Amino acid sequence: MVKDMNKTEYQKLVKDLSPKEPKFRNALMAFLVGGLIGFLGEVIVNILMESFGLARVDSYMWLAFILILFSTFMTALGIFDNWVAKAKCGLIIPTTGFAHSVQSAAIDYKKDGLVTGIGANIFKLAGSVILYGIVSAFFLCVLKVVIYG
Amino acid sequence: MYFKAFLFAGTVCLICQIVLDNTKLTPGHITSGVTVIGALLSFLGIYDKIVAWCGAGATTLIANFGHMLYTAGISGYEEGGVLGLFSNLLCSSGIAIVSVVVFSFVFAMIFKAKD
Repeated sequence: MVKDMNKTEYQKLVKDLSPKEPKFRNALMAFLVGGLIGFLGEVIVNILMESFGLARVDSYMWLAFILILFSTFMTALGIFDNWVAKAKCGLIIPTTGFAHSVQSAAIDYKKDGLVTGIGANIFKLAGSVILYGIVSAFFLCVLKVVIYG
Repeated sequence: MYFKAFLFAGTVCLICQIVLDNTKLTPGHITSGVTVIGALLSFLGIYDKIVAWCGAGATTLIANFGHMLYTAGISGYEEGGVLGLFSNLLCSSGIAIVSVVVFSFVFAMIFKAKD
């Protein structure tokens, strides 16, 4: 019976048997968690401005720093992976996702050694963000300079 | 401001989740794309307005990385010409890259991978 199956039938079977992504729940979770990070970020920025007398721009920098410290630490403890699996884009799109990808690469490849493991793989996932961020920002700067002088 | 921050960050994450679930793109594609879009919006002068409108709702997103790169590059060019563009591009986003590398390395040394 298995032999008689052609390619399209097989693909249909795979599609039917593979678990359905709960798209609506994913989207709702991403909205709520992502929104919560934006909201808490705003709370932290206001606390920094009022309690430490920082400028708004500096508070944004401190906020990025706090988010990165928090998410790398939680990833190192092994807790953050479960959160990312549940919240998906809610945690991937904020800066937390960037920190999570670097930390999980570092800790996963630790067993392969300091240079060939951590050194070679630390930017395995976050590298594309840095690469395309720098390349696009650079050429947009050049474009701006060419257009407006 | 708090509500706006929630609304903007949430909506961006929601759109990204819908794109992730309905296309073959991976999270890597989406985060890179959002970074490039951030740089593009900064180039068009829109991202500054978004930050002024919803504050941390915009600066917590990875799009802000592209925004920081672009603004630092432009101010570098204004200060020191072409060389300034090259040397300043990573100026403000350096905080993200350096802190991520330092913390990741230190925590990777201290903690073991959970399997």
